[in-house]
Amino acid sequence: MANNNNKNNKINVSEMIANNKQKKSFSNITEKLVPALLFLITTVSILTTIGIIYTLLSEAIEFFRRVPIWDFFTGIELDPFGADPQFGILPLINGTIISTLIAMVVAGPIGLMTAIYLSEFASDKMRRTLKPLLEVLAGIPTIVYGFFAFTFLTPILQAVIPGLGLTNILSPGIIMGVMIIPMIASLSEDAMTSVPGSMREGALALGATKLEVSLKVVIPAALSGIISSFVLGISRAIGETMIVTIASGSSKDFTFDITQSMQTMTSYIVEITSGDASTGTTMYYSLYAVALTLFVFTLIMNLLARYISRKFREEY
Amino acid sequence: MEHLDTNQFENRMNARVRKNKIAKGVFFLATISGLIVLAILLIRVISQSIGWIDWNFLTGRLSTDAEQAGIMGAILGTAWLMLVVVPVTFILGVGTAIYIELYAKKGRVQSFIQTNIANLAGVPSIVYGLLGLTIFVRAMQLGNVVLAGGLTLSLLIMPIVVVSAQEALRSVPQDLSEASYGMGATKWQTIKKIILPAALPGIMTGTILALSRAIGETAPLTALGIPALLIPFPEGLFDTFTALPMQIYYWTLDAVLTEEYAYLAAATIVVLLLLLLLLNSIAIFIRNKFQQRY
Repeated sequence: MANNNNKNNKINVSEMIANNKQKKSFSNITEKLVPALLFLITTVSILTTIGIIYTLLSEAIEFFRRVPIWDFFTGIELDPFGADPQFGILPLINGTIISTLIAMVVAGPIGLMTAIYLSEFASDKMRRTLKPLLEVLAGIPTIVYGFFAFTFLTPILQAVIPGLGLTNILSPGIIMGVMIIPMIASLSEDAMTSVPGSMREGALALGATKLEVSLKVVIPAALSGIISSFVLGISRAIGETMIVTIASGSSKDFTFDITQSMQTMTSYIVEITSGDASTGTTMYYSLYAVALTLFVFTLIMNLLARYISRKFREEY
Repeated sequence: MEHLDTNQFENRMNARVRKNKIAKGVFFLATISGLIVLAILLIRVISQSIGWIDWNFLTGRLSTDAEQAGIMGAILGTAWLMLVVVPVTFILGVGTAIYIELYAKKGRVQSFIQTNIANLAGVPSIVYGLLGLTIFVRAMQLGNVVLAGGLTLSLLIMPIVVVSAQEALRSVPQDLSEASYGMGATKWQTIKKIILPAALPGIMTGTILALSRAIGETAPLTALGIPALLIPFPEGLFDTFTALPMQIYYWTLDAVLTEEYAYLAAATIVVLLLLLLLLNSIAIFIRNKFQQRY
């Protein structure tokens, strides 16, 4: 009996070892397969970047074969639909910069003041109610803002400002600013709350008011974070599409008059793609040259924001 | 005490305190000014949509007659888009996050991928639209169908999902995985049975928020050439479609010609905002209900 049992046990053990080996080799395979699979998935993000750069570059190069690069970047005449089409990007860059400026005039001060209020003045309870409410602003789809600018703000502004066009750059610029407020407020507030309390308390102990603490201690200490939030806001405004597409029209004139219609780089892309420019025309390729310029603009802004917040971050 | 002019001192002190009070008021006004715009926007859109949202509007087909027009096509289009976007972004986003956080060697490769994703997050959505147009619509010859739109939107929101999934994975305490290794579990077993379940609520919250971003996106869809015409309801991944934001876009543009279209646009906006509200509530619910603090 004992012998038999032993025998059985022995068989079981060797079976178990065999089983285990099988299991192990199977799990060995999964252990190697899974990281390989995940690496493949990760390459999609890199392929996306390569895809963006490749498509923009290859088609833009074709465009620059037809239109000299110098003419493109210095031309103030843009008339892709004309009998003698002109492709100067300056009207688009002008429109983009002006709409961004208007947006930042709105979002910069309001965003910064909001950040100061939330981080220095508001009670805990106040902050906990106001912050999520402000974040709702950032979650509203831009098409809704476009509708609002076009059907609500523009008519109001028209009543106040004589000569304001049905489409103009002022109204979408202002609304774009409203859209960017929560972004600047929340990033600046993060930078300000990370200023250590001891610095505030030191200043308060010397008799400074909260306002003086905010302006003379907290803001200088958090400056790199604040500036990078502004730069990110600018990048966001440059890339914003639907608000300007709807409310600023498609005039391609080179003008500085903010009561007039202007086109931005983004809204030009929408106009040309939805006009279904047939493949192979110069107009079609101009799409990619403009998109490449837009991409480079926003990339520089994003890298700049990262650089500023890293390089000038004060360590406490 | 004779060298101290109390009067002058008190005057200066009062002036500084007053300045502080005024500043506080101004800063508070600035803070709520954004909220006031939000309130006006919501009130305006909702009041415009009253009388326009009814059963007929929700289930009807598009029509040139504003009284008859409905948005069922756009609702179905958005639903089909989500059917593509949800699984694709989940797999791409979470897979990438797991690789970066748990497999990639710390150092150049990891920081390269990380920088790349940060930069992708800053690329304007219209550029993604052009990428989709060039690769999915034209090169792969899918046409402007559900699959092309879904893949484009997936690539667009992938960086957001990756970043939030990374945060969720990082917040799982090391003790848990070390205990798992200590029991003899392999790396993948630990990830599958310990880390992922613990990080799942965070991952879900981030994915749902990213999804609500995708649903509201219009710019990439305009670049893909998504129509808002009288097209049949989409029934599969390779059908042409329209989506809620596209419908708002076209009706807003048409509002110049026929005033009724502005009301249709407002009504569609209310439907879209309700959908976003629903998604956000689900995300908040998951965060409150399932997220553990260790």
